[in-house]
Amino acid sequence: MLEISLFYVAATVALISTIFAMTRINAIHALIYLIVSLLAVAVIFYLIGAPFVAALEIVIYAGAIMVLFVFVIMMLNLGAKGDAREKKWMSPSVWVGPALLAFILFVVLLYVISSAEGPVSTGVVGAKQVGLSLFGPYVLAVEIASMLLLAGLVGSFHLGRRYLDRYNPNELKSEQENK
Amino acid sequence: MEGLNIPLNHILLISSLLFVIGMLGLMIRRNIIFILMSLEVMLNSAALAFVAAGAHWGQPDGQIVFMLILSIAAAEVAVGLSLVLQVQRRFKSLDMDNLDGMSG
Amino acid sequence: MIELIGLVPLIPLVSSIILMVFGAKLSRLSIGVIGVGSVGIAALITAKIGAEFLINPEIYTLSLWTWMQVGSFSPGVSFYFDGLTLVMMSVITGVGFLIHLFSTEFMEEDSSYARYFSYLNMFVAAMLILVMADNLLLLYLGWEGVGVCSYLLVGFWYQNSSNGYAARKAFIVTRIGDTLMAVGLFLLFTELGTLDIQSIGDIAKNKWQVGDNMPLIVCLLILGGAVGKSAQLPLHTWLPDAMAGPTPVSALIHAATMVTAGVYLIARTHELFLLSPIAMTIVAIVGLATSLMAAFTALTQHDIKRILAYSTISQIGYMFLALGVGAWTAGIFHLMTHAFFKALLFLGSGAIIHCLHHEHNIFKMGGLRTRMPVTFWSFMIGSAALAALPMTSGFFSKDLILLQAYQAEGIGPWLWFGGLVGALLTAIYSFRLVFVVFFGQINTEPDKTTGWRMSIPLSLLCFLALLGGWIIIPVNQVFPPAIFKHPSHWIEYISIAVPIIGVIIAYLVFLGKQLNLRFFLDIAFIQKLQRFWFSGWGIDWLYDQILVKPYYNIAKSLKQEPVDNFYGFIVNVSQALNRWLSSGQSGQMRRYITSMVFGLIVVLIILAGTL
Repeated sequence: MLEISLFYVAATVALISTIFAMTRINAIHALIYLIVSLLAVAVIFYLIGAPFVAALEIVIYAGAIMVLFVFVIMMLNLGAKGDAREKKWMSPSVWVGPALLAFILFVVLLYVISSAEGPVSTGVVGAKQVGLSLFGPYVLAVEIASMLLLAGLVGSFHLGRRYLDRYNPNELKSEQENK
Repeated sequence: MEGLNIPLNHILLISSLLFVIGMLGLMIRRNIIFILMSLEVMLNSAALAFVAAGAHWGQPDGQIVFMLILSIAAAEVAVGLSLVLQVQRRFKSLDMDNLDGMSG
Repeated sequence: MIELIGLVPLIPLVSSIILMVFGAKLSRLSIGVIGVGSVGIAALITAKIGAEFLINPEIYTLSLWTWMQVGSFSPGVSFYFDGLTLVMMSVITGVGFLIHLFSTEFMEEDSSYARYFSYLNMFVAAMLILVMADNLLLLYLGWEGVGVCSYLLVGFWYQNSSNGYAARKAFIVTRIGDTLMAVGLFLLFTELGTLDIQSIGDIAKNKWQVGDNMPLIVCLLILGGAVGKSAQLPLHTWLPDAMAGPTPVSALIHAATMVTAGVYLIARTHELFLLSPIAMTIVAIVGLATSLMAAFTALTQHDIKRILAYSTISQIGYMFLALGVGAWTAGIFHLMTHAFFKALLFLGSGAIIHCLHHEHNIFKMGGLRTRMPVTFWSFMIGSAALAALPMTSGFFSKDLILLQAYQAEGIGPWLWFGGLVGALLTAIYSFRLVFVVFFGQINTEPDKTTGWRMSIPLSLLCFLALLGGWIIIPVNQVFPPAIFKHPSHWIEYISIAVPIIGVIIAYLVFLGKQLNLRFFLDIAFIQKLQRFWFSGWGIDWLYDQILVKPYYNIAKSLKQEPVDNFYGFIVNVSQALNRWLSSGQSGQMRRYITSMVFGLIVVLIILAGTL
């Protein structure tokens, strides 16, 4: 009984915080709301019997990826000017149409998922099971994931360099002037 | 812990709702940071659906797919944010509408 | 000698071509000799052939060559000579010769002397082909030829653009008639299989009964063509404006010959008309209505040539009236006498215009009796013949028409009465002209006198106008004989008395001034009536409203190129489509995202539907 009510509470928190995350003007505020949403989803994971994934969600998703976001935003130094700009960009004429489209999509999705039935989980699928499966049938997926991460690593290293367009003399001049 | 006696529909409902909210944010926001954030929300909702489905069948496959999604999200965020830095340097603003070089 | 008949149209045609090609290099004398001489030779040949014909009346056909051969239709260029042809040829070449001679003096100061005679000769050639034609197709050739020459000659002084407009009006209005006639010819050919004039009558009599619909339609179409060429209601509006041409042209074309082509046509195809009594009645009514309308209009005009133009319209109305009641011989007889006295009147007015430095308004002339005696007597005799005073040529022909009109079935007496009113008016307006121009005070002094080249034609025409009534025209083998029932003698007495009464009225008003109509003319209604009659009963205005203005409006609205724009619409649509589709590739990320979402919705709906 407790789990069921906990589940619904966590679901509600996730939804509300996601909505807030999408509608905030300040980037940092939105990110904090997003982290809360991720934490709520982790609670849901734990409740449906996937504790390993719940831990992963918190540690990696909320703990690494979102922190990366926060660092970059602080580096960008948007400030109050950025806030004012964001507010201007969020006028009603902008979000009425997309809201309508999103609603239609939601209705369609509802119809599609309505055929699923049965309880959500029948037990806990623990870390041991996941590990056995990961280094058993899905070992190739591990390798692919590692290659993906390597590509991401190299790419972000290269793309983040300051003197990426040193071969463009005008840009170089403006860079030196800005310094 | 015993099985949770909630219909699968409900979690899938939550998942699709989160997905739609993320998509709404994707369509509305003009700042690149927020678009990347919306993408994260959408990825997260897909991951929730996978894990719920895996738990429904009582197999670890859903969680493995979750891990793959996680690595995708990490790589994408890394590359995306470095691109954001480049955009900031070049255009001095984070307006998505500046990136319309592929027009025509 | 009768084989020389082919030379009669040929010589003026050749002379016309010679004058056209070499005219600039020839001297005035040689141009005059060639131009006048060609028609003179044609007249001599006609006279010789005519003399032979009168002694030994024998119908003669001269086939020159086959014009074309299309299936079973092979009309030839062949000439048909009988009494009617002889009458027409004599009038054309005889009166034509006199008018050519007159022109040498009238046009002697003009710079385009050769062009004038070239056109005039070409006209004579075309008219001769018209009257000598054996089949209706060759007749149509001559018909069109005289139309073209009329256009060229009315617009002779083309430097003045209003002359050009008058010529254009003449050509276009007659064109309407020509088209009707062409349709009639087509119909005739499809029904009867030939256009040969003599065969038409026989085949038609076998094929159609009296009172059938088909002869009615064909005859009405032919009437349409005749109405156009002969300036009858409703296609008469071109003739008064065609007075813009030189006066000898008006005399030849618009008095003696071209306008009588319609009368000739109906007379030639009389066998068809006999098959349709309704058509004949219509012919008579058209003739009478035109005659009265033109007579009222002539009463109010003050341009000397316009009075004579309306008079011509009125007299041809009499000829149509005669044809309509079946008095074929009377109609042709009146055609001949009318040619004499109307040419006389026109040449006389030409002499006046020539000597009064191109003054046309009769109220600016006056008292010319003493200054221009030859012209005065020409006008007196011509007007007497026009008014049909006793013993003139006009008297004989007009009385014959009125008498036979009275005898017609049904509306005969009404036609006779209308003809009488017309005769009264004719007398009034013609002697109004004489009294105003030749009597009273001299307002404009003539600065020239008429030379021999003007006086001799005038005198000869005087002679013919007086005594031409005694000529018996040899058409008794052409037309069915006229039946004379003996009406009451009162009819004849009234017919004789009416023109005399008209002359007396004209005298009282315009010369003796005993009858002062000033009080009459001050009534507003009378003034409106006078203006109405002056404008030709408003028919020009009517045509302007219902034909010219809509045409101009349509042309103006087509200036926007609606049809082109309609096809341009297709271009515009495809260009708009291009713009719309191109805007989808704006490069803006959010638009792409939105379209992706949209596509996602569609795909999901399809998937959900198939599942």
